[in-house]
Amino acid sequence: MKKEESNIKAYEQNYTTMVPGAFAKKMRTCVIWQFFRFIVLNIKMLIVVSKSH
Amino acid sequence: MARVVILGGGVSGHTAATFAAKWLGSAHEVVVVTPNSKWNWIPSNIWVGVGEMSKEEVTFDLAPVYAKAGITYKQAKAVSLNPEGSESSDKPFVTVEFTQEGREGESEDIEYDYVVNATGPKLNFGATPGLDAGHTVSVCTADHAVHASSEFKKSIERMKSGERQKFLIGTGHGMCTCQGAAFEYIFNIEHELTKAGVRDLADIKWISNESFLGDFGMGGLHMKVGGYTVSSKIFTESLFTERDVSWIIGAHVSKVEAGRIEYELLDGSTGEEEFDFSMLIPPFAGVGLKAYAKDGSDITSTVFAPNGFMKVDANYGAGSYENWKASDWPATYQNPTYDNMFACGIAFAPPHGISKPMSSPNGTPINPTPPRTGMPSGIIGKAVAHSICDKILKGENAPLREASMADMGAACVASAGKGIFDGTAAAMTVYPVVPDFEKYPGTGRDTDYTFGEVGLAGHWIKHILHHMFIYKAKLKPGWTLIPE
Ligand SMILES: Cc1cc2nc3c(=O)[nH]c(=O)nc-3n(C[C@H](O)[C@H](O)[C@H](O)COP(=O)(O)OP(=O)(O)OC[C@H]3O[C@@H](n4cnc5c(N)ncnc54)[C@H](O)[C@@H]3O)c2cc1C
Repeated sequence: MKKEESNIKAYEQNYTTMVPGAFAKKMRTCVIWQFFRFIVLNIKMLIVVSKSH
Repeated sequence: MARVVILGGGVSGHTAATFAAKWLGSAHEVVVVTPNSKWNWIPSNIWVGVGEMSKEEVTFDLAPVYAKAGITYKQAKAVSLNPEGSESSDKPFVTVEFTQEGREGESEDIEYDYVVNATGPKLNFGATPGLDAGHTVSVCTADHAVHASSEFKKSIERMKSGERQKFLIGTGHGMCTCQGAAFEYIFNIEHELTKAGVRDLADIKWISNESFLGDFGMGGLHMKVGGYTVSSKIFTESLFTERDVSWIIGAHVSKVEAGRIEYELLDGSTGEEEFDFSMLIPPFAGVGLKAYAKDGSDITSTVFAPNGFMKVDANYGAGSYENWKASDWPATYQNPTYDNMFACGIAFAPPHGISKPMSSPNGTPINPTPPRTGMPSGIIGKAVAHSICDKILKGENAPLREASMADMGAACVASAGKGIFDGTAAAMTVYPVVPDFEKYPGTGRDTDYTFGEVGLAGHWIKHILHHMFIYKAKLKPGWTLIPE
């Protein structure tokens, strides 16, 4: 059994959603990838902020 | 010399006051009336509530900041407004009651040329029987969060000695807003329990008035992911599943007792849930200001909506959900009866919800009320200050500045656990805050500017924002360059 799928219970409330796999979870706290995402997110947020002022 | 009186020194009022003082200079007077001696960066109360930050890290003294800015500071709470003055004078005034140590209970009438109501919410714990009895905790103020943290620590200690604990986090009434704060708290709790090595002894449950997970009082949002346009419901359910948190939604908490709540669901059924530790957000109302006409008659219902929030230039007659339009939302925040009176942040009366109104077959309304988060509250505060300063400096006929939540986006970072290398947060933006189904048929929002993702980068942003906004609120060099 894949660990990340173990919380899904058949026909219970979380049976119909998606769960991240091991790779997606790893990337969430991978410092190098997250540094890149940090820059991307800041740019995206600044665009929304500048559209709102 | 004109006098601008700002009621409330929170996110919105502090922004309005500091910009007004900067733009008006010493030729005019800005007065802030607010009951607390400290400013609080409320979003970080979540971290105080799990013991990851102290009260001192999320608050600072207001008096020296206002002294530096040349703002007259009254540590007091506004009680009533007399927008037409009194029988002996035409000058409008606000009556305040001091909370400052040594002056408690003293009152004063402060005359104004312009008044801004930025009093935020009354935390209406009394709306749900037992919610104010201390059986549950709150993170809405820094002091509440300190108390929540000490109760949380007791739960961890019990788990360390092998006892199973049940955590129930969410909204404490069918008409709550601020689901985002409860969302952050539940995942910070989960993160801390994992760090403490006791996660396997915890049952964690969410309870909220949302009709679907990920509604957040904004009718949810859609994001483009992997070539698909995906609802926030999918992502929120995914995170709950990943972190093994179960949920009850469409719930109106009807009663709170020691270790137990009762609730009613949208389908009319009722249930109960036990808990060892619970944080339930109270519903919000206006702070209960009164208004009187020149002859002393009560005109509160002219100035304020029944929920206690101040009426502004919104369309309050839109009727049912099918008739709602983005243009119902206010743009200038000017009171329709008294044009020298404005409201900003949570204090203005929204025209209606953002999420679709729903009720149980028993007639109990169960739906989130509209959130007014930090960024819109700050932007609106600044726009209102700008309008007033224009009127003072350029003349009565200067056009009003506009900042409609239907034309404005919001960036929001929801913490899902604190830690410089293992923390995560959902970094989100929505554009516009209020969906505009005429302009963006389908999702109501521009999916090029509406996005969200969970990761460590979000946590870093949240942490930087904490320092940046406290820096800005302290008016340190370059503060005006930091956007709201
Ligand atoms: C736990 C929590 C977490 C949050 N996290 C986020 C987040 O991550 N991001 C985000 O964007 N938003 C967040 N929010 C929402 C954000 O805090 C609000 O949007 C914001 O504080 C609203 O600003 P405001 O000025 O309208 O109200 P407030 O900031 O509440 O300020 C109101 C002020 O008025 C004062 N006041 C009250 N009564 C009176 C009176 N009678 N006379 C004078 N003054 C009075 C109060 O003491 C207070 O200082 C969070 C909220 C909570 C509760």
